[in-house]
Amino acid sequence: MDDLIIAGEKFSSRLIMGTGGAPSLEVLDQALAASGTELTTVAMRRLDPGSRGSVLDVLRRRDIKVLPNTAGCFTAGEAVLTARLAREALGTNWVKLEVIADERTLLPDPIETFDAAERLVADGFVVLPYIGDDPALARRLEQAGCAAVMPLGAPIGSGLGIRNPHSIELIVEAASVPVILDAGIGTASDAALAMELGCDAVLLATAVTRAQRPDLMAAAMKGAVAAGRLARQAGRIPRRRYAEASSPTSP
Amino acid sequence: MPAKGAQVDVIVGGGVVGLSVAWRLARAGRQVTVVDPAPGRGASYAAAGMLAPVSEVTYTEAPLLRLGVASLRRWPAFAAELTEDAGLAGPTPGEDRDAGPGAGAGRASPGSGAGNGLAGGGAAGGDPLALDLRSEGTLDVAFGADDLAALDELAAFMDKLGLPVERLTGRECRRLEPMLAPSVRGGLLAPGDAWVDPRRVTAALLTALERRGAEVVRARVTELLREGDRVTGVRLAPPEPYGTGNGGTGNGGTGNGGTGNGGGHGEVRPGARATTGAETRAETSADIRAERVILTAGAWSGELAEVPVRPVKGQIMRLRSPQPLLNRCVRGTVHGSSVYLVPRGDGELVVGATQEEMGFDTRVTAGGLYELLRDARELVPGITELEVADVVAGLRPGTPDNLPVIGPSGTPGLTFATGHHRGGVLLAPLTTAILLGEEGELAALCSPERFQGIS
Repeated sequence: MDDLIIAGEKFSSRLIMGTGGAPSLEVLDQALAASGTELTTVAMRRLDPGSRGSVLDVLRRRDIKVLPNTAGCFTAGEAVLTARLAREALGTNWVKLEVIADERTLLPDPIETFDAAERLVADGFVVLPYIGDDPALARRLEQAGCAAVMPLGAPIGSGLGIRNPHSIELIVEAASVPVILDAGIGTASDAALAMELGCDAVLLATAVTRAQRPDLMAAAMKGAVAAGRLARQAGRIPRRRYAEASSPTSP
Repeated sequence: MPAKGAQVDVIVGGGVVGLSVAWRLARAGRQVTVVDPAPGRGASYAAAGMLAPVSEVTYTEAPLLRLGVASLRRWPAFAAELTEDAGLAGPTPGEDRDAGPGAGAGRASPGSGAGNGLAGGGAAGGDPLALDLRSEGTLDVAFGADDLAALDELAAFMDKLGLPVERLTGRECRRLEPMLAPSVRGGLLAPGDAWVDPRRVTAALLTALERRGAEVVRARVTELLREGDRVTGVRLAPPEPYGTGNGGTGNGGTGNGGTGNGGGHGEVRPGARATTGAETRAETSADIRAERVILTAGAWSGELAEVPVRPVKGQIMRLRSPQPLLNRCVRGTVHGSSVYLVPRGDGELVVGATQEEMGFDTRVTAGGLYELLRDARELVPGITELEVADVVAGLRPGTPDNLPVIGPSGTPGLTFATGHHRGGVLLAPLTTAILLGEEGELAALCSPERFQGIS
C-alpha cells in the first residue's frame, strides 16, 4: 500500500485509531498492535500527560504517534485552550479538532469548529478538523489551512456505517488535502467502503474497543482499509443492469 | 519493635485490602504492623462497596469475573468473623457516623436480610449488618432503545457465561424499584450481587486489629529498605505539619463534617503521625524492619516498588434521605454513559463514579459532579430532593489488565497485594485467602510474574 502523507509526514498505515472505550490498557495495547496503526488520537481532557503507566505510555512503547484531540469541547474557546495545553504537554503541534454541538448526538458544531480552526492554523497548529459530511465546509476548512478534513460517516460510537456515501465522494473529489473518514464505522465493510469511496484514511475507536474481541476486530479493520485502498486504486468495473459473460467469447 | 525471630509482617497501606490482609494474618498468628498516614481514607473511603461481579462483567474480562465470584462467596463468612472480632453485635449506636432516625427503619426495610441469605451469613459470629452487608442484587436498567439493545447483548453474553441473571421489562423493574423513572424500558437483575459499606468495613478492621493487639503506625512510607537483593523493612517519613502534601491519603477533604469516617477513630490529617492499637510508638525512629513487607498501597504502590499500578481517578457523591429510596443497587446506562446508585440502610445513597486518567489528582470537579447528577437523575428523578452529604475523589489502583497483583514479588522479602482497580472491597477476602495459600488456580491469575520483564 502506498504511504499516507499528512502535513508532509509519512504513514505506512492508513488506519488511525482512537483510544476511547477500551476495557483495559492491555486490551487496548493488543488492539493497537493488531491494527498496525501509526497514529492514534487521545482525548486530552480526560488525561494527565505527565502520569506514568497511562495510555500515552502504551503508545510510546509501540512507537505510535499521538494525535491529541479536543473531545468534550463545546466552544471554540475551549478547543483552542485544550489544543494549546496539549501542545505544551506533549510537544506536538498536531491536533484533531473536535467541537461538539450537543451531548445526545455528539455531532460537530460547524461554526465553532471553523472559528477554532482559523485560530489554531494562525497559531501554527497542524489542524485536522472533525466535521459533518458537508462538502462546502470541508472545502472552506481546506482553504483556511487545515492539514486534512475528517468527515463523519455517522455519529460517534453509533456504528451505523457511512450514511451518505455520496457526500463523502463529493468531499473526496474536491479535496486536495487528505480526507479521513472519522466516526460511525461499525464493522470491517464500513472501513473498506470508506477507502473505496476515495478516503485517504479511516479513524475509528469504538468499533474495535467495544467489540467482543477487540484484537480480532482491529486486525479485520487493518485488512479492510488495505483492501479498500487497493480496490480504489485498481478501479472498479462499471455497474451493469444485465449480465456480461466473463468467459471469453473472443480469444 | 517486635522481638527478634518473631514472624513479622509489615503491611504498607491501610485500605480495605491492607487492613484485611493484616487482620487475617493476625488471626493466623503472625505479628503484623500496618503503616498508613490515614488508614481507611484512600480509595476505600471513596468506594461505593459494590460486591457485584456479575453485573460488572464485560467482554474480555472473564478472569476478573472468576475472581469476583469466588470472593463474593467468601464475603459472608469474612463479614461474620470480622464483626465478631471487632465486637460488633449489630448496628452500633456508639459509632460516630450520623445514624439518624432513618437508620433503624432502614435496616428493617423490605428485603433487608432476605434474598439469597448472604446477609444472614452462614458462619457464627457478629452481625454482618453492622457492615451494612446486603444482598438484594443489582438491577441494571436501560432507557433508550440503544441502551436497551446494549443490555440485551449483555444479557446474551451473561447467559453464555452461565451467569444467573434475569431479564425484566420496564414495569417489572419499577415494581422492584418504584423510584425508577417511568421511562425505564427494561432491566437485568443479578440477584446474587451484594454490597457493603466500605467505611464501616475499614473501621471494623481497625477495631479488630486493635483488639488483637496489632500495631497501626500512622505514618507514610517513603521507601522500602533493601539489603542486597532483599527487602528488609520500610522507611517512614518524618512527621509533617498539616497540609504539606503527602500524596498518600486521597481524602479530598470536601466532605462536610457530618459524614464521619466511622469506627470511632478520630480523623487523622494527612501527614500527621499518630498511633492506635495496644502499643503506642513514641519513638521517632524512621525505620521498621520486617521479615516480609506486604505492599498494599493501592494507587501509590508503583511509587514504592516496580509494579505496574497507576491511579485511576473516581469522583463519587453521597446523598442522604430520611428513608432509603432504593431497595437494591441500581445501575444504568444513560445515553451511553453509565452510573450506579448504592443505597445504605441509613438512607445514604452513593452515586458513582467517574473514571479519569489524571494521575495523582483528587480534585472534585464541577464536570464530574454534573455528570454523576445528570445521569443519576435520569435513573431516579427523586434524588434531586436529597441532601448532599459528601463528595470525594479517590484513586483506584489500575493495572494494565485490570486484574490485581497478589503474591511474592520476585524480590525476597516483598509481597504484593495491590492493583485491585475497581474491586478492592469485593476482592479483599479472596486476596487474603490467596496470601494465606488457600487458593491455587485463582492465585495464578493474580500472580505478579505476569508482568515480569515488561515494566
